Amino acid sequence: MLTIADKHFSSRLFTGTGKFSSALLMEEALLASGSELVTVALRRVDMHDSKDTLLSRLQHSHIHLLPNTSGVRTAKEAVFAAQLAREALETNWLKLEIHPDPKYLMPDPIETLKATEELAKLGFVILPYIHADPVLCKRLEEAGASAVMPLGSPIGSNKGLKTIDFLEIIIEQSKVPVIVDAGIGAPSDAAKAMEIGADAVLVNTAIAVAGNPVAMAEAFKLAVIAGRMAFEAKLGTQGNLAVASSPLTAFLDEL
Amino acid sequence: MSFKDEFDQYEWDAVKESIYSKTAADVERAFHASKRTLEDFKALVSPAASAYLEPMANLSRELTRKRFGNTIQMYVPLYLANECTNICTYCGFSLDNKVLRRTLTSKEILREVEVIKGMGYDHVLLVTGEANQTVHTEYFKKVLELIRPHFAQVSMEVQPLDQHEYEELIPLGLHSVLIYQETYHREDYRKHHPKGKKSNFNYRLETPDRLGRAGIHKMGLGVLIGLEDWRTDSFFTALHLNYLERTYWQTRYSLSFPRLRPFSGGLEPKVEMTDRELVQLICAYRIMNGEVEISLSTRESEKFRDHCIQLGVTSISAGSKTNPGGYAVAPESLEQFEISDERSPADIADMIRKSGYEPVWKDWDNVLV
Repeated sequence: MLTIADKHFSSRLFTGTGKFSSALLMEEALLASGSELVTVALRRVDMHDSKDTLLSRLQHSHIHLLPNTSGVRTAKEAVFAAQLAREALETNWLKLEIHPDPKYLMPDPIETLKATEELAKLGFVILPYIHADPVLCKRLEEAGASAVMPLGSPIGSNKGLKTIDFLEIIIEQSKVPVIVDAGIGAPSDAAKAMEIGADAVLVNTAIAVAGNPVAMAEAFKLAVIAGRMAFEAKLGTQGNLAVASSPLTAFLDEL
Repeated sequence: MSFKDEFDQYEWDAVKESIYSKTAADVERAFHASKRTLEDFKALVSPAASAYLEPMANLSRELTRKRFGNTIQMYVPLYLANECTNICTYCGFSLDNKVLRRTLTSKEILREVEVIKGMGYDHVLLVTGEANQTVHTEYFKKVLELIRPHFAQVSMEVQPLDQHEYEELIPLGLHSVLIYQETYHREDYRKHHPKGKKSNFNYRLETPDRLGRAGIHKMGLGVLIGLEDWRTDSFFTALHLNYLERTYWQTRYSLSFPRLRPFSGGLEPKVEMTDRELVQLICAYRIMNGEVEISLSTRESEKFRDHCIQLGVTSISAGSKTNPGGYAVAPESLEQFEISDERSPADIADMIRKSGYEPVWKDWDNVLV
């Protein structure tokens, strides 16, 4: 069981709501994924409309909403957007995304840290999306983040865990859950992230843009379960230590 | 330092010759590159690439879906004024055209807004001619204050302004500005813009720099296709985009490729661009740049638009009127140009859904500045 702040999750697969070809298909895929935490861009929903089509498809008792601040460029804008989201969507959970670079959507470490400090004081449960930077993760943890969300590779790129060496350090050092976000392109990437000890993964593009998003959502669900089981079962070490003969140390026997 | 410094290093004829001498091998190299350069772009818009249209379309579709998913953004123009002090040889609002001139009042704008909202829109594009005595920054400020509560996103396609003017408009909710160079061919530009402030080529060329310095969220570039060789003009657009992305890295960019449309007494295109060529151009931009937004207006035909939304386009308009008051106040008045696809927004949304895409009406929020 994964615990973040006050919530417990039996699924370690978190999902997004963008890029689907319809709200109905999104709903079916999210249900197939078993995901209990689903992120929603503030910019995409009509916060004043209780019948917003996207939101109405997310009304299932096991699904918790995770509003995100996609579109903001500074800490100040993020804090403002977060307060609106809390009021409109009635949750103090927040995926903090500050990417002033709209081309590659690279997160801004400085603004993210500032916003985390600010939002922690305001009582938010903050899950910041950041580069796979171990020092930044520790700083965010100290500033009051409830989890950290380092990227596997550029968002939407489906390139998998390009940052794996840094993810391993983050996982080793972190006292809050580590959720690998962005770049996970295939169920095998998700399984790999879980095998190295990530607490959860967040997947959007790879499900939404798949030929069959519902089947792909289930594939991710199973991959995350398998990866987590493998982590808990303790993987055997890689590589082959056994060598048939001992050309370097055989002389010891002759001494 | 502005784009002009970079632009001045290029010579139109040399660029044109370089594009026309690209070979099949250049096209294939462009295909297989992991990061594509402007040389690759030249190959992709060259005549040599026309033999690769199907694979280009495939790649363009894949790249578009990866970035934008299965969605198409919806927007609609709102013409505020057709007063204009410029002469542009290709435009229905040109000073020398005998049309009734009108600038919408606040009350009239709200009547238009009501109809547009009724069609389901949350993203509006404000359009005017250039009449700096009456349709100026103060007018735009008033309009933004008036309509901001009604829309999640407001874009503008009006005369180029100074940096400080953009800085005044952006906090009032101006999200995006479209500024088309029309052509990057200096001499030809002069020919088509003989009178008015628009005849200043450099001021227009440096408008995106002023917008970038003012911190605009998004800007749109493009040329009017039909004035000059489209391959060469498109290269300069790509060069401009490339410069802007590096310089104003916090801004998003969109492209559009309006083809000259008939209006009463208007200009015949000097250069024709076929439908195949327009598809080649859309795909070439997408293959070079996976992130740029591409929009396609109602200038294009139904069938063409139905297919293009799957090939790289990310936003379209529908039900557009190109005359001030066209939705409610004065529906019978003369339009800037004839639109080609006359289907309603609801019909277009249906078409989008049937093609396996979701029409997106809202992708910004007026609480975000």
